[in-house]
Amino acid sequence: GRAGLSRGRPREEEDEEEEEEEVMMEAEGGFPLYPGHIPTSPLQKALLAAGSALAALRDPYRHDMVAVLGETTGCLALPSLRDKMKHHPEGYRILQERPRIRLSTLDMERLRGLPDGTLGREYVRFLEDNKVSPDTRMPAKFVDDEELAYVIQRYREVHDLMHTLLGMPTNMLGEIVVKWFEAVQTGLPMCILGAAFGPVRLNTRKLQVLATELVPWAIRSGRNASCILNIYYEQRWEQSVESLREEIGILPPP
Amino acid sequence: AAAGLGPARPFLARRPGALRALLGLARGLAAGPQTHFGFQNVSEEERREKIYQVFENVAEKYDVMNDSMTLGIHRVWKDILVHKMNPSPGTLLVDVAGGTGDIAFRFINYVRSVRERQLQQKLKRHQNLSWQEISKSYEEERVKPLGDSQVVVCDINKEMLKVGKQRAQHLGYSEGLSWVLGNAEELPFDDDKFDVYTIAFGIRNVTRIDLALQEAYRVLKPGGRFLCLEFSHVSNPLLSRLYDLYSFQVIPVLGEIIAGDWKSYQYLVESIRRFPPQEELKEMIEDAGFFKVDYQNLSSGIVAIHSGFKL
Repeated sequence: GRAGLSRGRPREEEDEEEEEEEVMMEAEGGFPLYPGHIPTSPLQKALLAAGSALAALRDPYRHDMVAVLGETTGCLALPSLRDKMKHHPEGYRILQERPRIRLSTLDMERLRGLPDGTLGREYVRFLEDNKVSPDTRMPAKFVDDEELAYVIQRYREVHDLMHTLLGMPTNMLGEIVVKWFEAVQTGLPMCILGAAFGPVRLNTRKLQVLATELVPWAIRSGRNASCILNIYYEQRWEQSVESLREEIGILPPP
Repeated sequence: AAAGLGPARPFLARRPGALRALLGLARGLAAGPQTHFGFQNVSEEERREKIYQVFENVAEKYDVMNDSMTLGIHRVWKDILVHKMNPSPGTLLVDVAGGTGDIAFRFINYVRSVRERQLQQKLKRHQNLSWQEISKSYEEERVKPLGDSQVVVCDINKEMLKVGKQRAQHLGYSEGLSWVLGNAEELPFDDDKFDVYTIAFGIRNVTRIDLALQEAYRVLKPGGRFLCLEFSHVSNPLLSRLYDLYSFQVIPVLGEIIAGDWKSYQYLVESIRRFPPQEELKEMIEDAGFFKVDYQNLSSGIVAIHSGFKL
């Protein structure tokens, strides 16, 4: 009867509040700092890092796992990247203005109309040739600092531009070369792991080309180039790819 | 309401309980009766929607996740439930929140093997049967392998039912099995219809447990049995702490890695903590009119089977 009805309802508010607070502190590492943020304890981060590494190795097409690996292992590399940006005028502006590369913010028509050889034209060509879109990048979830979350987001969104500047397609080989470049540039453990373990799935012919030509070039370019996160790409669509390469210090591709 | 708290937020952020209380109050003034979704406070309608979405998201990976989270032990728990039920051929079962079919399939297997044994016993007892009579009993076995037993799987979520039907097809279950879309709080069945009502790992997700229990009572025949398998309360303090550690630290991570969905599995572990413990659930079942209500702890109380009869 009525007694049954009242017991069917959840427990009293006071109980709930206390229980909530206690277990909230236990369950999470804090409070969400940005939309999509999931606070995690150190143990959870360690488990996530290990699990995502295994999952990404098993299925390299699980981009979400690669993303999680990057976020959970980037605690040293991300602050150092952020500082590089802070101490550079263009990088500093990017940190202030927080531009995002998304289909909604890009004027695809205008970029397509730019002359061949410009960053804008070649970028759009790259997206269309490889049938990719800048909107498929995962938002950051496990980075516990709002500014660093932006830094890793920017790194992800700039990845396609790296492909364009390095002239590498989105096949396994191309991705590995870009990873080597990014590993030298950013020091992110995820890039280092991807660069080291990616080649496991290639055949010997490709491995040879990789080892003898592409990787040494990628490493040399990575070392020679200034920080790629310090370029405000959205303001340089009209610049030619060659001149931008020279400016950054990327050596001409083999 | 949250926007209006702008400048106050950093202060309140260090006192999570206070912030939650304020937000809860604001939402409460807007919406209807308050309830919980994991550790959040939401309206009843919101809770139903959120839970629907959780299961929509997890449906495809539901079985893989169950195996990973419980290291396969959930299969043992479900086996024990069906063994406790001990259904005989001719039993009519409704499995509510039965989603992907685990209980239904076990029921069918059990009844099939009981039936086979029955027929074998019959043959043994009548060893002077003529060959015509023997082949007639083979025919009987072929035509009625389940002996008129039937299981109706009822679930509120279309995605879960879809996965269940696919599994049934894949595993070869067709005889004696029906799939019905329905809400445990308001079942689409007539009174006094079923011999057994089961709800395995489902009652936790029902918003009004009292209504679900009343519905269970209604659709059972007199003499019918109510069986509930659900996560419950661990009283052993050491085990409880290990269980909490595992639940909160490992399970959402597994959800992220395997299903790409942290939030649904965070909800899952929170909802387990919110659910009434053994004695309280027993009282709720008694309140719905059931007699001889009892419970059996499995795995030290991580899971419990509650049983009651409609007389």
